[in-house]
Amino acid sequence: MTYSPSAAPLIQLRDVHKHYGDYHALRGIDLEIKKGEFFSLLGPSGCGKTTLLRTIAGFEAPSSGSLTIDGRDMAGVAANHRPTNMVFQSYAIFPHLSVAENVGFGLRRDPRSKAEKARAVAESLEMVGLGGYGARAAHALSGGQRQRVALARALILKPKVLLLDEPLSALDKKMRETMQVELIKLQRNVGITFILVTHDQEEALIMSDRIAVMFEGNIAQMADPETMYRRPNSRRVAEFIGKMNLLPATAAMERNRIVVDVAGLGRGAIEPDQAPSGVQPGATTVGIRPETLSILFPGETTDRRLAAGTVDEVVYFGDMTYYDVRIPGVEQPLTISMKNLIGRPVLDVGAVTQVVWDERSLVVLSR
Amino acid sequence: MKKGWGLRAYAVIYLAFLYAPILLLPLFAFNDAAIIAFPLSGFSTRWFEQLWTTQALHDALQNSLIIATVTAVLATTLGVCAARAGTLANFPGKSGALGFIMLPLVLPEIVIAVALLIVVRQVFDLELSNLTVIAAHTVICIPFSIAILNGAFQNLDPSFEEAAMDLGETRWGAFRLVILPLVFPGIVSSLLICFIISLDDFVIAQFLTGANPTMPVYIYGLTRFVDALPLIMALGTILVTISITLLVIAEYFRRRGVARAGLKDSGGFL
Amino acid sequence: MGILDTSPRVRAAALVAPPFLYALALLAFPLIAIIVISFWTQSGLALNRVFTLENYREIFSSPIYVWGNANRWGVLPLSLFVSATVTLVTVVLAYPIAYFVSFVVAPERKALWLFLITIPFWTSYLIRVFLWKVILGFNGVVNTGLQSLGVIEEPLSVLLYNLNSVIITLSHAYAVFAILPIYVALEKIDRSLLEASQDLGESRFSTFLRVTLPLSVPGIVGAVLIVFIPTIGDYVTPELMLGSGGRLMSNVIQTQFLQLNNWPLGAALSIITMLAVGIVSLVFILLNRRWLRGRA
Repeated sequence: MTYSPSAAPLIQLRDVHKHYGDYHALRGIDLEIKKGEFFSLLGPSGCGKTTLLRTIAGFEAPSSGSLTIDGRDMAGVAANHRPTNMVFQSYAIFPHLSVAENVGFGLRRDPRSKAEKARAVAESLEMVGLGGYGARAAHALSGGQRQRVALARALILKPKVLLLDEPLSALDKKMRETMQVELIKLQRNVGITFILVTHDQEEALIMSDRIAVMFEGNIAQMADPETMYRRPNSRRVAEFIGKMNLLPATAAMERNRIVVDVAGLGRGAIEPDQAPSGVQPGATTVGIRPETLSILFPGETTDRRLAAGTVDEVVYFGDMTYYDVRIPGVEQPLTISMKNLIGRPVLDVGAVTQVVWDERSLVVLSR
Repeated sequence: MKKGWGLRAYAVIYLAFLYAPILLLPLFAFNDAAIIAFPLSGFSTRWFEQLWTTQALHDALQNSLIIATVTAVLATTLGVCAARAGTLANFPGKSGALGFIMLPLVLPEIVIAVALLIVVRQVFDLELSNLTVIAAHTVICIPFSIAILNGAFQNLDPSFEEAAMDLGETRWGAFRLVILPLVFPGIVSSLLICFIISLDDFVIAQFLTGANPTMPVYIYGLTRFVDALPLIMALGTILVTISITLLVIAEYFRRRGVARAGLKDSGGFL
Repeated sequence: MGILDTSPRVRAAALVAPPFLYALALLAFPLIAIIVISFWTQSGLALNRVFTLENYREIFSSPIYVWGNANRWGVLPLSLFVSATVTLVTVVLAYPIAYFVSFVVAPERKALWLFLITIPFWTSYLIRVFLWKVILGFNGVVNTGLQSLGVIEEPLSVLLYNLNSVIITLSHAYAVFAILPIYVALEKIDRSLLEASQDLGESRFSTFLRVTLPLSVPGIVGAVLIVFIPTIGDYVTPELMLGSGGRLMSNVIQTQFLQLNNWPLGAALSIITMLAVGIVSLVFILLNRRWLRGRA
């Protein structure tokens, strides 16, 4: 996850609100996106992420607040005059035009000669891996090809920002994985700022330099994927991204260190960054990712912390096995994911086992 | 035995019932006898020759063509507005307004004719003319136009317009370069269907026509004269030929529209 | 750019406005006018603009229009009866065709079948009605044809100048109106529902009765209304088929306007007709509302 953005933000939103009648779709969005960044807006449907994208594109006018792109205030600037281009969820490939005509659609007012435009179209198609497809009828393309045409059509205009509205949601799983990798490569090559809207947390983690998680018109957390995953700032974000075990705990300050007493596991001291939303002495909640816990298989030893439990549920995934382990004194069983390494058996339901844990993997979720 | 053979046989008989009158038309139009009855007496084109030399018929035809052309253009223009609005955002009262425009579909035609007659003669005290017929025909054609164009507009991805604007076009440019080419076949269908409806209408024309009758009014007048029967047959043959030709053209454009938009053909105008 | 860049709602409203205003001026306004004039009376060539229920009183007191007498029905009930019969015949005949095209015809040939069915509908209505008169007439095609084949000796008189001929002609004229809505409703039925029904032990016929037919009710209701309503307003068919003997509601209205020149009475008759049609239609919809609920 390396990128080298210039210092000044390319896109700047200040306290942007959007109302549709009584419905408050955006509730004070503050956002800065840097040049060259791959930025994702992640959230469940109805959280306002698409509205935010369409506001940046110029299809929705904010009810209040300001939006600047490259230092220019966008108030009153229509979509066709903004330095942004969009890849639509449906791709919106014009069915009456050929692939080349679709890609060259935005060049109508371009002063270049016909031959130069044709070369630009060919280059753009080449870039998305559709060299030689120009003469095809647009409606004869497959889903993945349509998406590439939509990309070529948007990128040919050399926008400052490329907006992608759930571009992969219409593709099947295999194609989606291929396109994820290709999109990342493409973004590195062209260096254009990408803003991706998605409801798929895995996709956001894989592709983005930075992610904003949105709920109900607000940005709940904005961070790089690793921070977002390891240090979510609320229970809601923690549960939306990946799987998180939540346990009741009591926090206390002891000799300038934060110590939490986690139900069923025990006491442990944590670093300040393990409480991204702060911590107050008293009752709180602690989160632990399934892969940071492990099961002590027969014959294995550890010097880490242990807790005894009983296997409640086993889900076998081939490369992994997910165990739900019930620990005395904790209501919810702990979910633990284990790689199926050589020599490791798959435990049966009812097996008595030891859970290995480490205070370094705890995150305090006070909200 | 093939599945549904009973239904298939029924369908064939039903089609025969639907087509029987039309198939009889040319039979008696080219028959060399003044009465419409079997057995046929021989081939003749004299009824067509007589049509060719009847001035009143030519006037009626010209009248009808003018009325049908203006009606088709007017109704389709208004139909495009309504159908396009149907695909845009809702506003309070939109479905009510659109429903009201469609009302002539479920109103007995004679009521529309009578109501308009009252307005024209009693309220405004205007003379009946081709204009009154055009105005009334447009009222009954708009719902058909909307029904045809709705299909064309609803097949459009709502993102098309935004995509075109995102790529630098104005809203008008987006309409001209993307929306219009995609709905153009629907517009042609609508023009042709409205043209046929107007050309064919008798009830409204009889109430609202001025000094110059339209074609159906003229034909209706002919039906009172027994010796004019073969003439009507000949005229009918010509009209049916024109209608079917226009229909085939309309269907061709509709299918091309469907193919162009890359859709599956679900068939039918209505 | 003005209106083009305003909100989608405003643009939608601006687009609806022209056709709506047109319909307001040439539909709503005339309908109001017809209501107003029905409360006036005709005196000679002029209209007496004093509000009166005289026209309605005449309609409901004369045996001609509503009540009829021992020998003949009133025109309104007779018209409703004819339209109802036409509707019944048309819809019953149309259903198997719609079913055939939707369920039996191969998908790629459906458009062709629909096209074949629609063609006769678009050919001159007046000529089609007239052709039926020629076909069914005393010296018409059926009679002369059968006579020249030696099947009958004397012409059949049951064919023309009675309600049978009106019903045959109107069933022919409105066939397409009945087929298309039923076809659309049948097309919407998820085919897996039929498989589910057969999987649950129903035969093909009982599947039709318990699944297909109920699900196609919206189409049947649409077909009934779209045939019933305009047939009441049709006066060419009765005029040509019944001769001078019988007259239906639309003929009576037409006579008041174009021959007797009593417009207020004609207007009142039009309104009574519309009301009768409206009430019958509403009752029909209400009777079927259980099948229509929850469907568009």
